[in-house]
Amino acid sequence: MEFQSCVNINKEWDIVGARQIGRDFARKIGFGTVDQARIATAISELARNIYLYAGTGKICFETIEEIDHKGICIIAIDNGPGIAEISKVMEDGYSTSGGLGAGLPGVKRLMDDFDIVSEQEKGTEIRAVKWVR
Amino acid sequence: MDRKLKELVVENSDTIVHMWLEEVSKSRQTDYTSTISDELFESTNREFVNVIFASVEKQGITTELDDFSERLVNLGWPLSYLTDGLQAFRRVTIDFILSELDQVDSNYFSQVLQAVDKWVDPIINQLVNEYSGSWEHIVSLQRVALQELSAPLIPVMENITVMPLIGTIDTERAKLIMENLLDGVIKHNAEVVLIDITGVPVVDTMVAHHIIQAAEAVRLIGSTCILVGIRPEIAQTIVNLGIDLGKFPTKSSLRKGFQSALELTNRKIVSTKSNHDDDIEKLVDSLDRE
Repeated sequence: MEFQSCVNINKEWDIVGARQIGRDFARKIGFGTVDQARIATAISELARNIYLYAGTGKICFETIEEIDHKGICIIAIDNGPGIAEISKVMEDGYSTSGGLGAGLPGVKRLMDDFDIVSEQEKGTEIRAVKWVR
Repeated sequence: MDRKLKELVVENSDTIVHMWLEEVSKSRQTDYTSTISDELFESTNREFVNVIFASVEKQGITTELDDFSERLVNLGWPLSYLTDGLQAFRRVTIDFILSELDQVDSNYFSQVLQAVDKWVDPIINQLVNEYSGSWEHIVSLQRVALQELSAPLIPVMENITVMPLIGTIDTERAKLIMENLLDGVIKHNAEVVLIDITGVPVVDTMVAHHIIQAAEAVRLIGSTCILVGIRPEIAQTIVNLGIDLGKFPTKSSLRKGFQSALELTNRKIVSTKSNHDDDIEKLVDSLDRE
């Protein structure tokens, strides 16, 4: 599968890079400032999860064009340990690292569509879509 | 063998230089150096090739090479110009040596390659080291400069301190913010401290978590923390993320935050110009009415 652009996440500063590229991407597609902030925050959460839990991975961006609307798809891929209980991480306030536990459920609320596939010891792939209104 | 080759190359340096210049100019049209003026490009080329020959003749690193690389680093010439140039030099020199000979066996050929490599490689190493050393130096200086800027604390008034935050907050910086905040509160004896996040581009759960922790720590040492500079889009993302910032007061702008800080310390801003003119007008008005 080919993506329009990808950012590798290896260091903490790569999160900032991913965020900036994502924001530019969103601006080009035609999102307003509030949605740009939402998208940048969602990318920040996903990238930080990769950095914290998987170590390395990548964030990819795609433009989705359909007949009547456009959108951005953020894909976060890693080969980390995977998530044991997906239903639990989607609960507010659940965190294994002492954080706020608002990351993934927060991303789900920030974006329009949210899809997570995770296999233990194999990795995780998260796709989140936001449509231009 | 090596010496013989060296003599051959040095004696025919004019031809090699000519070939080299042609080779370098050929690749010039498309690349990074197209913005550099022709004169500068040519004079640098001349100097570069002289430095290469000086180094080949003297076998090793020369002061000319040191000076030259130092100047190019300072001028900000791209490193790829130098590596491309040296690769071109390797190509032309080998071509030249081989064309001078009538017959070439593979043994001789590999000897030529080795000899030329022995001249060129030390120069490449030296230049790359020089460049990367200067970059590392710049990066470390910038890191120090950034750290100095990362968590400033301004005592604007007795008992009121402001911490303006600009730019991305990472774990390292979050730690510094916490330390500086607590130290500053104690040092300046602050009752109220305002954290201004107008310049923070993205507030995600990590940043929010650190701010909440900092505010909680400030509360523990007996002061109040007010979070100011929350832009509308940031407010919306915080709500979407479901972050609870209800434990401490928040304001949209530094001005509003400062006002409530004054209220908390039982003060207010009073205009020094007296309102006598208004009073007299009112008096006149009331007289008119009667």
